[in-house]
Amino acid sequence: MIVTVASGKGGTGKTTIVTNLALALAKKMPVQVLDCDVEEPNAHLFLKPEFQEEREVTLPVPEVDETKCTACGRCSEVCAFHALAVAGGRVLVFPEMCHGCGGCSLVCPAGAIREKPYRIGVVARGQAGNIDFVHGRIDIGMPMAPPVIRAVKKLSRREGLTLIDAPPGTSCPVVAAVKGSDFCLLVTEPTPFGLNDLRLAVGMVRELGVPCAVVINRSTLGDQRVERYCLREGIPILLKIPFDKEYAATYARGRCLVEDYPHWVPSFIGLWQEVERLVSQRARAAGN
Amino acid sequence: MQELLVISGKGGTGKTTVTAALAALAEDKVLADCDVDAADLHLLLRPEVESVNEFYGSKKAVINPKFCNLCGRCLEACRFDAVLQVVSEKADGKARSDRGSFYIDSLACEGCGVCALVCPTGAVTMEPNLAGYWYISETPYGSLVHAQLGLAEENSGKLVTKVRQEARRLGEENNARLIITDGPPGIGCPVISSLTGVTLALVVTEPTAAGRHDLERVVKLADHFHVPVSVCINKYDLAPEKSREIEAYCYETGLSVAGKIPYDIDVVRALVNGVPLTSCSRGAAAKAVQAMWDSLLVRLEKIGNQ
Repeated sequence: MIVTVASGKGGTGKTTIVTNLALALAKKMPVQVLDCDVEEPNAHLFLKPEFQEEREVTLPVPEVDETKCTACGRCSEVCAFHALAVAGGRVLVFPEMCHGCGGCSLVCPAGAIREKPYRIGVVARGQAGNIDFVHGRIDIGMPMAPPVIRAVKKLSRREGLTLIDAPPGTSCPVVAAVKGSDFCLLVTEPTPFGLNDLRLAVGMVRELGVPCAVVINRSTLGDQRVERYCLREGIPILLKIPFDKEYAATYARGRCLVEDYPHWVPSFIGLWQEVERLVSQRARAAGN
Repeated sequence: MQELLVISGKGGTGKTTVTAALAALAEDKVLADCDVDAADLHLLLRPEVESVNEFYGSKKAVINPKFCNLCGRCLEACRFDAVLQVVSEKADGKARSDRGSFYIDSLACEGCGVCALVCPTGAVTMEPNLAGYWYISETPYGSLVHAQLGLAEENSGKLVTKVRQEARRLGEENNARLIITDGPPGIGCPVISSLTGVTLALVVTEPTAAGRHDLERVVKLADHFHVPVSVCINKYDLAPEKSREIEAYCYETGLSVAGKIPYDIDVVRALVNGVPLTSCSRGAAAKAVQAMWDSLLVRLEKIGNQ
């Protein structure tokens, strides 16, 4: 089963939920963690995997053969991303703007464009105890996260539980992460920011047709509006983690709650069982 | 006109809290919220919206089944898996009448237009796509330009650029001296759009293992675009040893620490009440923000004189 942990916003505790769930369940079943927050991957700081392999993620970017190019400008006309421009009788390529769609080489009447791989980031895979761990990192200055996210998701093992740590927000990178998941856990905090971002995240997962439930982090800071919202919308709240300076310190040191406070292990196992129940309930309702 | 951008590498470090607190202290400024994915600044500044404007992102492909001859060229040519084919059958076992026809998954479509290029019958057209809205508002602390990207939409970078252009235009109109911008999280496309050409980036970080890691990545990004950086360590007393590590890192790399804000329950209170910290508290955190603002003003003036 693929469960994505998303939040609308960073900093609400997505990585905390992913890493603690993974550690709590790793003894019971095969667990894989895919850190798809490729702009700022953090899960490895807590699970401390040993990376065994790393490979580049590339996009096919045009290369112009100047001996064939007639500077007709067809390529820059069709490029929707302004990655090609004709100046001074030659074609300039801006690889960081390119989405790798292949339109330019398709339309070039002189056959002057071929594509070459252009590095935008890396995917690394390793082992953290029993946990199979994969994360992606975009290179600094590269605006394009979704292809790196898709490259991470290609390494999904599809056995036991696959946990995806999603990037923040509600736009294309998150969609790339959440798409195809069986369930989405939305982590929030009980503040007006938390509620605002939760509303957006709920809209996003509903748009994608993925069932969801909520985890409230720092549940003792703030007010009741998030809980009232969930009640009204019929979204189950599966876990609450109170604010505690000691928990904050554990996190700051790069350690997990279930390591320093083992009494949290049953809570995370219970969270998983609830997710399993909700997914099978939905599958039954869909007639499978 | 100078522009101070507040970023963090990651969300949740207190970017918006700091931006709002600075907004209540600064004079002659225009405010901008460039976190167009999940804008939050309005929750603290209580804007009265004066104008609502549509934002069109990149176009999206649409297939007109009337002209489609089911050749499948679009499916072959699309590299984003955005062309889908109806394959399902109705529950009663009979094939659907539209079986075999092609359609576009608009969530996967990047708007490149290759499908329209290869379609021999002209069945594919590229249609404008309403991707969100941007607003100009009045707040008790000055004018605010903000936006909301539609759910699951792309092109947040372009919307950020729009917000910044409008803030600049408004600033010139009002003879403002400064634009204070709440930036998006991360180091990807919206952050890059926020960062280019700003006067100073204030990076808000927190004393955690992740905070330090994210700070390094966003500082590298700012360097890449030649933007000077000041650092704000939020909730520094929650993990004093990690704060010292971050300070040591800043010292080694020649970054100035503009301020250290202590953990203070007044921050949560201000948030829940929806007001900037510095307009409702005289506590430790509010004092630290005031001190940080004084040092930022000095830094901005220095940069202005260069």
